[in-house]
Amino acid sequence: MFRVTRRYQFAASHRLHAPQLSAEENRRIYGKCNHPYGHGHNYVVEVSARGPVEEQSGCAVNTRDLDELVARQVLAPFAYRNLNTEVASFAGISPTSENLGVEICRRLKEHWHEAFPGDWPRLEKIRIAETERNIFEVKADEIE
Amino acid sequence: MFVTRKVEFSASHVCRAPGLSDEENERRFGAAANPHGHGHNYVLEVSVEGWPDAVTGMVLDLKELKEIVNREVVELYDHRFLNYEVPPFDRVVPTTENIASDIWRRLEPRLNREGRRLHSVRVYETPDLYVDYFGEPPCSA
Repeated sequence: MFRVTRRYQFAASHRLHAPQLSAEENRRIYGKCNHPYGHGHNYVVEVSARGPVEEQSGCAVNTRDLDELVARQVLAPFAYRNLNTEVASFAGISPTSENLGVEICRRLKEHWHEAFPGDWPRLEKIRIAETERNIFEVKADEIE
Repeated sequence: MFVTRKVEFSASHVCRAPGLSDEENERRFGAAANPHGHGHNYVLEVSVEGWPDAVTGMVLDLKELKEIVNREVVELYDHRFLNYEVPPFDRVVPTTENIASDIWRRLEPRLNREGRRLHSVRVYETPDLYVDYFGEPPCSA
C-alpha cells in the first residue's frame, strides 16, 4: 500500500466572523482576523491518497486525474476569491481554516469517484496550511 | 482533525549519559558527546486533536496555542544550554527523544480540555532528523 501526496496552492481572502455572535464577541474571539475588510493567505493544500500500485502504469495515483479533480473542486472555486462573499459554502459560516479544510475534504470525497471510479486509490486526508506555522489536517473518514 | 502550530527555538546541549564512561559516551553519541556542547535550531510542531466548534469554527484559539507553547517551552528553552539551564536535563540526557517527551509533559496539562487533546509533539533537531512523540499509552497491565 502506498500513500501519494500532492501539494497545491491558492490565494484567497477571508474574514473570521460568526454571525451568531455580537460584534464585540467576534472581536474578542478572533482578534485581528475579525478586521472588517478581511485579509488573505497563500493557502497550501496537500491531498493524500492511498492505494496499491497499478501494475501497468507503475502508479498508485494518476496525478493528472487528481490535478483535474482538485482544480475543478477546489482551485477554481476558491483561488483569488473572497471566501465569505463568493463561496456559498461559507454563507453564515466563519471560514476558519478548520472549516475550509473540512469543506475541501468534503468536496474531494463527494466527487472522488468522478476522477477515480475504481476501488483504489482512496482519499486519505487533506492538510491545509494558512501560514507556515498554522496547519490543519482532516481525514476523509472524519467527513460524512 | 489536527491543528498544528510550528515554532522554533535555538539551544545548545551535550549528549552524555552520566552512567557511562567517557569512552562509552563517545561511542554512543559521537561528536554530540563533546563536553563543551553544541547547538541546534530546533523546530517544534505541536498538534492538537479536536473538531471545530459549530459557532466559532475553531478547534482552539491559535493565539492561545501560540502563547501556551511560547510560555511553556520557547521561553524556557530558547538560547539556553539545556544541560545546565533547563531541568530535567541536568539529570536526563537532552536527546531529541527526551526533549520531545519533556515538551509533551509541559504542554499536555495546558492543552487537554473538553473536546480537544494534545495529539503529538514533533521536534526537528535538524531538517534531516526529527522525532514524533504521542505520549504513553494507558497502562494495559
